[in-house]
Amino acid sequence: MKIKLLALSFLLGGISLFAQDYFPKNDGVKTKNNNYTAFTNAKIYMTPTQVIEKGTLLIQNGKVVQVGKSVSIPKNAVVQDLDGKSIYPSFVDIFSNFGVKTPERANNAGRSAQYGPEREGFYWNDHIMPENNAVSSFSYDSKKAEELRKAGFGAVNAHIQDGIARGTGLLVALNDEGSEAQRILSDKSGQYFSFEKSVAKRQSYPGSLMGAMALMRQLYYDLDWYSKGNVDTKDRSLEALAANKGLTQIFAAGDNGNVLRADKIGDLFGIQYTILGGGDEYERIDDIKATNAKLILPLNFPDAFDVSNPYQAEYIALKDMRHWNLAPSNPKVLADNGVEFSITLHELKSPSDLKEKLMKAITYGLSKTKALEALTTVPASILGMSGQIGSLQTGSQANFLITSGEIFDENTILYENWVQGTKDIIQSMDLVDIRGNYDLNVNGNTYTVSLTGSIDKPKAELKKGDDKVDSKMDFSDNWLNLSFSDDNMGSYRMIARVVPGSNTISGKMVLPNGNETMANLTKTSPFEEKSEDKSTEKPELVALSYPNVGFGYKEKPKQENILFKNATVWTGEAILENTDVLIKNGKIDKVGKDLRAGGATVVDATGKHLTAGVIDEHSHIAALAINEGGHNSSAEVRMKDVIDPTDMDIYRNLAGGVTTIQLLHGSANPIGGRSAILRLKWGENADGLVFPNAPKFIKFALGENVKQSNWNSFSRFPQTRMGVEQVYTDYFQRAKEYDAKKKSGKPFRYDEEMETLAEILNGERFISCHSYVQSEINMMMKVAEKFNFRMNTFTHILEGYKVADKMAEHGVGGSTFSDWWAYKYEVNDAIPYNAAIMASQGVTVAINSDDAEMSRRLNQEAGKTVKYGDMSEIEAWKMVTLNPAKLLHLDDRVGSIQEGKEADMVLWSDHPLSVYAKAEKTLIEGKVYFDLEKDQMLRESVKKERNQLIGMMLNEKKNGGKTRTPVQNKKERFECETL
Amino acid sequence: MKFSDINSNNHCPLEGTLGVFLRRLTFLVMLALSFTTSAQQTPAPKQSEQVAIFGATAHIGNGEVIENCTIIFTDGKITAIGSDLMAPTIGTMIDAKGKHVYPGIIAPSKSLGLVEVDAVRATDDQDEIGEMIPHVRSIIAYNAESKVVESMRPNGVLLGQVTPQGGTISGTSSIVQFDAWNWEDAAVKTDDGIHLNWPSFFRRGRWWMGEDTGYIPNKEYTGQVGDIEVFFQNSNAYGKSAEKETNLPFEAMSGLFDGSKHLYIHANGEKEMTDAVATAKKAGVKNVVIVGGYRANKIADFLKENNVPVLVNLTHSLPEYDDDDYDLPYKLPKLLVDAGLLVGLQNEGAANFQTRNLPFYAGQTVGQGLDKETALQLVTGNTAKILGIDDRYGTLEVGKSATLFISEGDALDMRTNKLSKAYIDGRDVSLETHQTELWKRYMGKYEGEGK
Repeated sequence: MKIKLLALSFLLGGISLFAQDYFPKNDGVKTKNNNYTAFTNAKIYMTPTQVIEKGTLLIQNGKVVQVGKSVSIPKNAVVQDLDGKSIYPSFVDIFSNFGVKTPERANNAGRSAQYGPEREGFYWNDHIMPENNAVSSFSYDSKKAEELRKAGFGAVNAHIQDGIARGTGLLVALNDEGSEAQRILSDKSGQYFSFEKSVAKRQSYPGSLMGAMALMRQLYYDLDWYSKGNVDTKDRSLEALAANKGLTQIFAAGDNGNVLRADKIGDLFGIQYTILGGGDEYERIDDIKATNAKLILPLNFPDAFDVSNPYQAEYIALKDMRHWNLAPSNPKVLADNGVEFSITLHELKSPSDLKEKLMKAITYGLSKTKALEALTTVPASILGMSGQIGSLQTGSQANFLITSGEIFDENTILYENWVQGTKDIIQSMDLVDIRGNYDLNVNGNTYTVSLTGSIDKPKAELKKGDDKVDSKMDFSDNWLNLSFSDDNMGSYRMIARVVPGSNTISGKMVLPNGNETMANLTKTSPFEEKSEDKSTEKPELVALSYPNVGFGYKEKPKQENILFKNATVWTGEAILENTDVLIKNGKIDKVGKDLRAGGATVVDATGKHLTAGVIDEHSHIAALAINEGGHNSSAEVRMKDVIDPTDMDIYRNLAGGVTTIQLLHGSANPIGGRSAILRLKWGENADGLVFPNAPKFIKFALGENVKQSNWNSFSRFPQTRMGVEQVYTDYFQRAKEYDAKKKSGKPFRYDEEMETLAEILNGERFISCHSYVQSEINMMMKVAEKFNFRMNTFTHILEGYKVADKMAEHGVGGSTFSDWWAYKYEVNDAIPYNAAIMASQGVTVAINSDDAEMSRRLNQEAGKTVKYGDMSEIEAWKMVTLNPAKLLHLDDRVGSIQEGKEADMVLWSDHPLSVYAKAEKTLIEGKVYFDLEKDQMLRESVKKERNQLIGMMLNEKKNGGKTRTPVQNKKERFECETL
Repeated sequence: MKFSDINSNNHCPLEGTLGVFLRRLTFLVMLALSFTTSAQQTPAPKQSEQVAIFGATAHIGNGEVIENCTIIFTDGKITAIGSDLMAPTIGTMIDAKGKHVYPGIIAPSKSLGLVEVDAVRATDDQDEIGEMIPHVRSIIAYNAESKVVESMRPNGVLLGQVTPQGGTISGTSSIVQFDAWNWEDAAVKTDDGIHLNWPSFFRRGRWWMGEDTGYIPNKEYTGQVGDIEVFFQNSNAYGKSAEKETNLPFEAMSGLFDGSKHLYIHANGEKEMTDAVATAKKAGVKNVVIVGGYRANKIADFLKENNVPVLVNLTHSLPEYDDDDYDLPYKLPKLLVDAGLLVGLQNEGAANFQTRNLPFYAGQTVGQGLDKETALQLVTGNTAKILGIDDRYGTLEVGKSATLFISEGDALDMRTNKLSKAYIDGRDVSLETHQTELWKRYMGKYEGEGK
């Protein structure tokens, strides 16, 4: 035991070169090495832009003493002449999990959902863990450190990559010889966030991206409330969050949409996050630039798909092929647009992949200076550690690389990576380049030997005359070991120490008979690199479109003045034959006979029908998430946070004449999230799709879904319709009290959920309520009346016909399916006559879809109300235009063809209620967003581009590039019940 | 809207107070009736006297249309049809001037009558456990009193192929008519075909096992196809021996080799369909039908050569691939018809209740340039041929079953599909349903309250 302890302390003492002065020492004398090391005659990159030719770098005790052209070298300096070589600051990665364990996934099997937190004394949500400090679970990983140093890194900032608020990182120098005391440059370096909840925690909330966003917002509101001393109890999460305020705030977003989402949260609270990107920022570069955020960029350029099997190739979407083609240009695009970024190893399989990816980015136009900055000065400055890492200046850590030349050159060798003055030899500088062609004379035979490949791992080929001879060669530490067997003679073994600067390699040869002799390899000609100069080869890039998917537009549609001549015009109130409609500046200017074009483009609409654009009151397209079911109320979440402007279903809806949709939250809980009302402006970004100045809406839901009837979940209130009423009563009562407190001027905890509910009570927000059976419909109206507001819309409302009189009296509208039923118990009494019966009792009725397929032919669904219930055609048409516009309080702007309204219109080939009708043109604000003729051209260009990219990928494979198995990234389609 | 307006069959609107009184009386009578009929409409009795429909536009279901047509049927069979017939003097005369007559629409490959409410497990009898279970028969579980089934009739959907779901070989289907007391009564062709769900070349990645979340190549595909081959070979070999221990699955397969049963292969990809047809032919299956056929237009020649008809997916669906034309599902039936294939429409991917929209799925192809009569064939004449019941159903021809309906307008368009009569085997079937009863009951309530 004693011996073991002794050995251990000896070991520790041995590596503690820089043990603290005040530590006692019992295993020898207390000595210090205060010698200097000087590197002379090197090309020194103090920073990527500050370069000294033939300079000197002087270091001592792990730090840089001086860098410059004329540095006086102290006498007690070990001098190393680096003539012809270069020195760079070692790289820094600020998005790492080095030495920090990522928690393991919690086992959820067979357990019902957990709605409350597990912890006590912390924030109410388990996924918020700002109190976590990576340093507390840190364990230096020398194996990983070696890999990182080989890739050029000297320091990394690591954090626990788990949870929404992830706590602080730690900055570690990758110095195997140092102690933690020396290596850990900062134990609280940066505070990290993400939208991904902890894999180790089971709390249900948040169950969606929008929930994670709402949680982040509420966290900051709560921090403010707590910091002002309004809370009696102790919350260690909020305490930590407050304490970490001064650190760099880093957000792991992970794709271009999430970069924008993270930045918006920051904007709300005056925080500028540094944001982890996804490598797809080039798609939305203007938006990315506008964030002013610094990015952390993964070089996750995808491999080409293996498209040699045409059946498999078919599954790959054009957008994924394009991303393969364009992703390597992402760093260049960001640099060209002045977006500052650092580069991370995150998402690379191995640190050794870095160089190849970097070289690729450079081939695609990234400047070498920018690349170097992204690995040195930028990450250092993001952490506020520029004085210590990322550059070479007096006082900074002696973290630097010695290379054979320009660091991002393909043939450059990284010799040494010094970290805190500790040398790590990656490749010996004394290594001789033995490559070339040689003659070897043995036993009267002449062999030719050609040594090719890389300097550190050359390959040999031996020939006797024209005949190849089997041979084996090993070359390390400048010792050459060559063996070969000649059929006639037996085997030969040669060993030689290579001397630099000589054209002859001389050594010992063991002959087949066991005798030893001297042998010489005499160089006859030098090695010639196969001239495959890839850098001059310009990569072929395909064009972006908006959105960047097949059928995206290369140019965004422009507003036009158009005169539709001779159409059958469905104004909303009447059907006018042979009528003209003039649109001007995005508005409907005139409706009448024989209108004059006055410079407008004339469209002959003879035999065609012109209507207002279709409005879908209940849609779930163009979204990345639908339900936040982690709580029984989620009024704090917003659909506008999760708009997906790249969804193909937007285009397909346009092709069905749809111009406006209400993007609704799902029906997982009684109080859902806030709606987004969108105009389907294909090509715009998420914000550009939002209907400007639209009234505010929220989704409520009743029945089987909110009581979780059809799946195994028994732990959330409510489980019955009785409980549903109590949820509403409770929330509205609290919202009323909240609002009263707020209005009284007393301090109050800002609560997004209560704010939203108070808006309802104050008549500033409308409810669209998912509903099926008459009892619950009646209940909901009574709750509203009790709290002195009115329900706006019942959506689905399949038993609305049973209480249509009560609905009319209450003043609520109904937005229903034309003919759906039988899919669950609560729709047993759903009938296709519902719309007609409700309308007969004076209810404003709309027909909606809740379905990406049905939404693109809502005109036909309106047609069904003529069949079921004998609606007049004008009234039937209103059900997908003017009536939903009324329900959305947008009927003064859209929903009918009336002078002064928005030019959101559809030109149909036939009677718009007919199954035979096709939308030929769909306009929003006078811009043509869908055009049947243009669609034909897009089909051709999609086909052509697919073929082009498939050709390029086949080439990539042929030329030995890496490929991967085709995958089809199928978008998940949502309806109300998608969890 | 007034109650009287609702009933499209009522062509003598009543006016004044008397009218209101009579309407209310009618309503009360109806209310009383609806109590006695409760869940399901009573099946119609056998045709007892000759029926003649005259003055109609008759859509034959084979591509032809006859204007001002007279259709006569007796004992459930069409005895005469044409525009130049003498008006009969006996039986029921139905004036159908300005109206349209169609053969009863046929719904293939549905689990109608096997499931009542999708989300209620107790009502679900469509999917038995086991991978290769051809011996499992749908007919005996068919609920002739299903409320979903009765809701087919008012739209003209009068026949269906009741089909088990799931597994590789799901079981054996039967063809039924939609107005019956029980399943024996309903059966039109018992045990007509075996349904094989062909494995997919691509499958969804299992993210919990660390795979991609998208669709990835199915590495087990070849093995799965091999299993099917072996099963077919064994079934075939089994049938050749006279003395043997009974093997129920192999026994059930025998009809495929003697041609008495059809093999319905549910497949959508080019590779899957090609492999499937080749496998079935090699195994000696006589009649092969593709159900699905999303990419059938790309191998149309191959299918034609092999004499394989396609029951193509419903038009009211979304493209499977991002880069597909937005209207590919709309026009696919036309592409296949143009390529010379025998094509019918099915909606196996949709909920059962949606099957009443079958005429509109056909109507959708007209917007894509298909002739209306050809579009009608997709749900009548062609389907009957594909299912092997064209000797009796699918077209309006002398000698065939009087399974037909009268619509006020074009039945392929939702705004004009309004049935005034429907006949199955000459029986005058009810067009009332649970749904029309509720409609009338609640309109009656509002009418009764004077609203």
